[in-house]
Amino acid sequence: MSASPIDRAAQATPKGLARRIRGLSDRAIAWLFVGPSIVLLLAVNIFPLIWTINLSFTNFKANRLREAKFIGLRNYERILTDTDTWNSMQATAHFLFWTIFFQVLIGFTLAYLINKKFKGNDMWTTIIVLPMMLSPAVVGNFWTFLYQPQIGLFNYVIEFFTGVDSSSFSMIGDVNLAPWSIVIVDTWMWTPFVMLICLAGLRSIPDSIYEAAECDRASKWRQFWTLTIPMALPFLMLAVLFRGIENFKMFDLVVQLTGGGPGSLTTLTSIDLKREAFEKWRTGYASAYAVILFVTVFGLASIYVKALNKVKER
Amino acid sequence: MSGFFKGLLRFRRSAWEMLATILIALGVFMLMQPFWMVAFTYSFIVTLVGTVMFIIVSHFPE
Repeated sequence: MSASPIDRAAQATPKGLARRIRGLSDRAIAWLFVGPSIVLLLAVNIFPLIWTINLSFTNFKANRLREAKFIGLRNYERILTDTDTWNSMQATAHFLFWTIFFQVLIGFTLAYLINKKFKGNDMWTTIIVLPMMLSPAVVGNFWTFLYQPQIGLFNYVIEFFTGVDSSSFSMIGDVNLAPWSIVIVDTWMWTPFVMLICLAGLRSIPDSIYEAAECDRASKWRQFWTLTIPMALPFLMLAVLFRGIENFKMFDLVVQLTGGGPGSLTTLTSIDLKREAFEKWRTGYASAYAVILFVTVFGLASIYVKALNKVKER
Repeated sequence: MSGFFKGLLRFRRSAWEMLATILIALGVFMLMQPFWMVAFTYSFIVTLVGTVMFIIVSHFPE
């Protein structure tokens, strides 16, 4: 009988090393396996975080050779009294609120419809999911063409439905429409993601519960509000958490679409941060900015996860 | 309401977590609201206190 690969490996191990490994406890072997992951986590996540916090108290500039000087809380003071930063926070809040609102509303509706048994169900799911598979840079680029006042399809569709002249408005150039233009594109791209999570939630509800509700003569409307929504709620909340964190750091799509304009109307915090760090090279200032954003997202995610656990326990 | 204050005095987790949650939510609102610059200036310290408090009190007994 031929030896198994494990036996062959054991035979090939030098005697001294084999004796040493045999002497290790289960806990030590566990550490041996987990150790590399912990080291990697420390090197890639924890160390940069501590370094960023450290830099946020200095006037360090990454493109200058001079040594960084400790300036205390001055970077934080500058950021939190800067009206441009305040404006970009408001732009981010507008973007976050409306994208999540529309994505959850449309995503859940689509999931509810797709969950019904009908012919071509799978084909429709695939078609709806397509935008999510595209690169944000590509989506940003082709939506700039769709938004063109002269040749863009979007303006013609609006003209067709409302009668407003297609060349009379520019989605990207108008100060009132530009914040909505990025909301529309993000909603178009990421609604399928919310739909998929909601679909998973709806499919996890057993049919027997609806059958029991039918026996109790509960109307469809009542079934929706007392069964479907509460049972799909943890999934909905998870979708909101994912999209909230993702949209808080939205960058590529908006840069390709509007470049932060007109003026600084669609300059989200991530775009502002990138400009401070890699265009103005104010590394210390940008580090303080990043710390503020990190604490905000971390705090929000903490209370959100707590709420999610409470909903799951019900 | 009195139960909430009793919980705070007895270092109960739920009461302190509630307080931390209120602080975080208030801090984020202050950060993103378009009405008052002073609120924006003090938003970070409120969020930071709330977040640190949340991490600490999540180890309190139920």
